[in-house]
Amino acid sequence: MSTLLAVAGVSKRFRGLLAVDDVSLSVADGEIFAVIGPNGAGKTTLFNIIAGVYRPDGGRVVFAGQDITGLSPDAVCAAGVARTFQIVRPFPGLSVFENALIGGLSHGGAIAQAREAAGDTLRLLELWDRRNQKAGSLTLPDRKRLEVARALATGPRLLLLDEVMAGLRPTETDRMVAVLRMLNRERGVTLVLIEHVMRAVMALAGRIHVLHHGATIAEGTPEAVTRDPAVISSYLGTEALG
Amino acid sequence: MIATLLKATPPRARVLLALLLCVLLVAPAFADRYVVSVLVLVFWFAYVGQAWNVMMGFAGLLSLGHALYVGLGAYVSAALFVRLGIGPWAGLPVAILASVAVGAAVGWLGFRFRIEGVYFALLTIAFAEVARIGFDHLAWTGGAAGLFLPVSTGGGGAWWNLRGGPVFFYYLALALACIAFVLCAALRHSPLGYRWLAVREDPEAARALGVNVFRARMAAVLVSAALASVGGVFYAFYYNNLFPSQTFDVARSIEIILAPIVGGLGTLFGPILGAFILTPLGELLIALTEKAGLNAPGTKAVFYGLCLIVIITLAPNGVWPALKKRLGIPQEEA
Repeated sequence: MSTLLAVAGVSKRFRGLLAVDDVSLSVADGEIFAVIGPNGAGKTTLFNIIAGVYRPDGGRVVFAGQDITGLSPDAVCAAGVARTFQIVRPFPGLSVFENALIGGLSHGGAIAQAREAAGDTLRLLELWDRRNQKAGSLTLPDRKRLEVARALATGPRLLLLDEVMAGLRPTETDRMVAVLRMLNRERGVTLVLIEHVMRAVMALAGRIHVLHHGATIAEGTPEAVTRDPAVISSYLGTEALG
Repeated sequence: MIATLLKATPPRARVLLALLLCVLLVAPAFADRYVVSVLVLVFWFAYVGQAWNVMMGFAGLLSLGHALYVGLGAYVSAALFVRLGIGPWAGLPVAILASVAVGAAVGWLGFRFRIEGVYFALLTIAFAEVARIGFDHLAWTGGAAGLFLPVSTGGGGAWWNLRGGPVFFYYLALALACIAFVLCAALRHSPLGYRWLAVREDPEAARALGVNVFRARMAAVLVSAALASVGGVFYAFYYNNLFPSQTFDVARSIEIILAPIVGGLGTLFGPILGAFILTPLGELLIALTEKAGLNAPGTKAVFYGLCLIVIITLAPNGVWPALKKRLGIPQEEA
């Protein structure tokens, strides 16, 4: 499998705080890749660097052979990388359908095409029945799904998912896991997820990258990573040993 | 385009619209001069309100200096006519260009340096104020003493110089209001329109979905400025006199934005409904205060303000959304 996303030696400093410290990772085309770590480990900052929100102080981000370091978020999206926000950001005053439609417009702007993409992803995320509802009136699980639907409507090759499971009940988590697995298998969308819900991570991820204080402490298969003493002491806690 | 728009309009609204348009088309045959002149004002405010609504209602950009674009359109077309003998139809593109150029400067400064919200609004006021002071001292356009258009050039209804009677201006204003409505309706349902809404709701999320926020905002300012300047050309040739102290005044900018706010921000009928409520209300208050012998300056403004407070309290999201609910016009469906 060829490399789709390559992050090479990326760092980001906020005032005195080194939020991301020389992180390198590479995600293969068609892979499901998870980034885990305790709160404040720099996971979301790493996403923001990949998505173009922050320009890294050092290092490069290469997507599908194209250097996207420092591109604006809309240009990164146009290149084929979509992202969801940890704290969901629906367009509250617009309908669920319009929310997805706006994602669909990134293909080049034809309304008919955007409507099709919006309808398709809303059905996939089981939001079609709520399409005329205002996004602001949705429940949290539905907002999470809308966040994914909207990002998916942009037709990405790579989807960055920032804690889409947080706040979901176990049954809802299982549904989301099923949808994501389907996206990956049937549509070939590569997924990178930041996730605290280990149940979802273990069910989905082929490889896991662990951050702590902005730096990489482990990377490997779920089995290897969960047995790594450094990961257990810093993140999973000793009870995970049992 | 218009066909798809019509299809998207609920039947009840379609019937209401057609009825209203028919009444307005035949109104000059029955109404007296005064009513016609009030209706001209209604249409004019509906028109410029629609222009302002593109920026605020669609793209979420608060402009408190829209008198600038209207005034530029008015001054450029009037000066070309008076000084150089260039007619308003030929002057129109120049007037639009002038407003668009200034709009581009405001937009570039605002969006390049990320001046947002109320600070952006201050920037728009500043530009309008600079224009007011500048035109006060610009001798070529008459300075503070004003610029006057010759009232009639003999022939009377010479439409190509926009020299006509009240009925001529009535239909012209009605046409403008209709064109702005159709144009804004088309824009609202275009890719650009959806991008505007996205930027209004959440610029950060819009960016993540591939929207170039700078470009979308810039487009909103340019479209709005262009539309407003056409309103200015009409204004100049309808009133035949222009004074910088009125044309570019903040009070004028406020007057322009009241109709869409009262009618319903971001809605297509809001600016029209707002104009139909506010302009006749203002006229009614003038008549009433005169009859009651309340001639103290500002009396009308006090009552006007009270009425505004009542309307805004009763319909905080604008009259149109509230009315829509009452009439049972359903939300647009996907």
